[in-house]
Amino acid sequence: MGNYYQPEIETASREEILAIQNEKIVKQVKHVYDNVKYYRDLMDAKGVKPEDIQSVDDIKKLPFLTKADLREAYPYGLLGTDLKNCVRIHSTSGTTGKRVVAFYTQHDVDLWNDCCARAIVAADGSSEDVCQVAYGYGLFTGGFGLHGGSEKVGCLTLPMSSGNTDRQIQFMMDLGATILCCTPSYAAYIGETLAEKGYKPSDNKLKAGIFGAEPWTEEMRHSIEESLGIKAYDIYGLTETSGPGVAFECCAQSGMHINEDHFYAEIIDPDTGEVLPEGSKGELVFTSLDKEAFPLLRYRTRDICVLTREKCACGRTHVKMSKPMGRSDDMMIIRGVNVFPSQIETVLLNEGYTPNYQIIVDRVNNSDTIDINVEISPDQFSDIVGENQAKERKLESAMRTMLGIGPKVHLVAPKSIVRSEGKAVRVIDKRKLHD
Amino acid sequence: MAIQQLSVFVENQKGKLLGTVKALADAGINIRAMSIADTKDFGILRLITSDNQKAMEVLADESIVNTTMVIAAKMEDRAGALYQVLQILSDAQINIEYLYAFTASEDFGAYVVFRVSDAAAAQEILNAHGVATLDDADIIEI
Repeated sequence: MGNYYQPEIETASREEILAIQNEKIVKQVKHVYDNVKYYRDLMDAKGVKPEDIQSVDDIKKLPFLTKADLREAYPYGLLGTDLKNCVRIHSTSGTTGKRVVAFYTQHDVDLWNDCCARAIVAADGSSEDVCQVAYGYGLFTGGFGLHGGSEKVGCLTLPMSSGNTDRQIQFMMDLGATILCCTPSYAAYIGETLAEKGYKPSDNKLKAGIFGAEPWTEEMRHSIEESLGIKAYDIYGLTETSGPGVAFECCAQSGMHINEDHFYAEIIDPDTGEVLPEGSKGELVFTSLDKEAFPLLRYRTRDICVLTREKCACGRTHVKMSKPMGRSDDMMIIRGVNVFPSQIETVLLNEGYTPNYQIIVDRVNNSDTIDINVEISPDQFSDIVGENQAKERKLESAMRTMLGIGPKVHLVAPKSIVRSEGKAVRVIDKRKLHD
Repeated sequence: MAIQQLSVFVENQKGKLLGTVKALADAGINIRAMSIADTKDFGILRLITSDNQKAMEVLADESIVNTTMVIAAKMEDRAGALYQVLQILSDAQINIEYLYAFTASEDFGAYVVFRVSDAAAAQEILNAHGVATLDDADIIEI
């Protein structure tokens, strides 16, 4: 048992949660059908009317939304209310030409902050705590999400944003931060820096960390817990559904409770789109239940995971999702940034190279590295060292602009990238994040 | 005239240089002069051979081979000879990308290969100052 931010909801019986969901989904579908032409067209094409949706059991009749729909509908196509009712936007890190922009009314911000507040209380947070938010503030949802949750809980909130590690450590020590929110790789980096500065884990006042926005392993959890002297909690979310806090870990540290009164989760077969029975491994799909500005129905996350309803030691009744075990598309998450091989291909073609390349992702000292081997053609090869290096630097710069992270580019000989059955292996991920 | 140099892309992997050189040996091609530039990712093998055309054919299957025009200037065997040549190029505002030296077997003469921005201009100015340079026909002979 533990503390809850909204105990009546977080520990509600299965029947009570279903009743809340059933009531909300009818209204949500009607709201979307009446206000979002893009989705109305999808429903009409499928022959589904709002009246067909009477409970969450009927959600499977609704059409899916994918990232491609979101790009297609950019920027206002999926907006569910007048812009004058919106108070904020956030945007995804992916820079595939068109970004995904999510809109929020004050109601949407409040429900999102509530979700994050639940996560902070589940990590033993209260008004006694000093919460250091070292996620990036800005278009990225991490900073503002945890910040809002922290204020709701009543923590003294340190809006540090990411980076400037010396300053992070100074505030952490001087103001006695007790909860740290950031990406797991940054938490690991802060831990290493503390050790370099001669601090022992017991020298800081931290007791908990809420880490998300990128995949991380149990090994990484243990190493962070040891280096900072804390308990480390996972948190899950995506900009499309609000941001972090869609699901969060409790003291049991065995999966993340999905905030089911706001988000309905399904597991589907990524190939057929069919809903799979409880406990199956498949693609996670979210339907928002009470959002105004950006109400996505049946949004395919592409994350592969498992849902479980086993009784949880923490007393919460909401369904738990496993850590994502992989992706149903070729997206990679590198240093918290979404990267698609197609983006890299686009840069190569723009710069006059053949699309023969290989991406090697690794994790060195708990930080992701990305190297791109690019095959060159005779007309690109120079007998002068500096000219070849300048080509590599130019590609790196173009990649950085496209991806939002800086890879190392290496020119390699033609036909040197191994092709199996005629098809080149595009990505080698050495991070071993999934079993 | 200036002479033709081959530049070969050699991957920074065990056995790659060996394979390249073996291909030349098997084809009976004599290497007159060479240098290697090593970068982090790969090496650039620069060659002047007895038969560039044939060398390109045998290496093209394995790797990338480019051609570049370079100057091979004969050096007098005395202190200050290189300085004098460099001074001529410097005065003519000709920039050197790289250079390397070799000895010819016929006359035991010392030669320096210059890779410059403008090979034709360099050739002209050196010859005007009495510095002898090789042409492609000479390479077959020496």
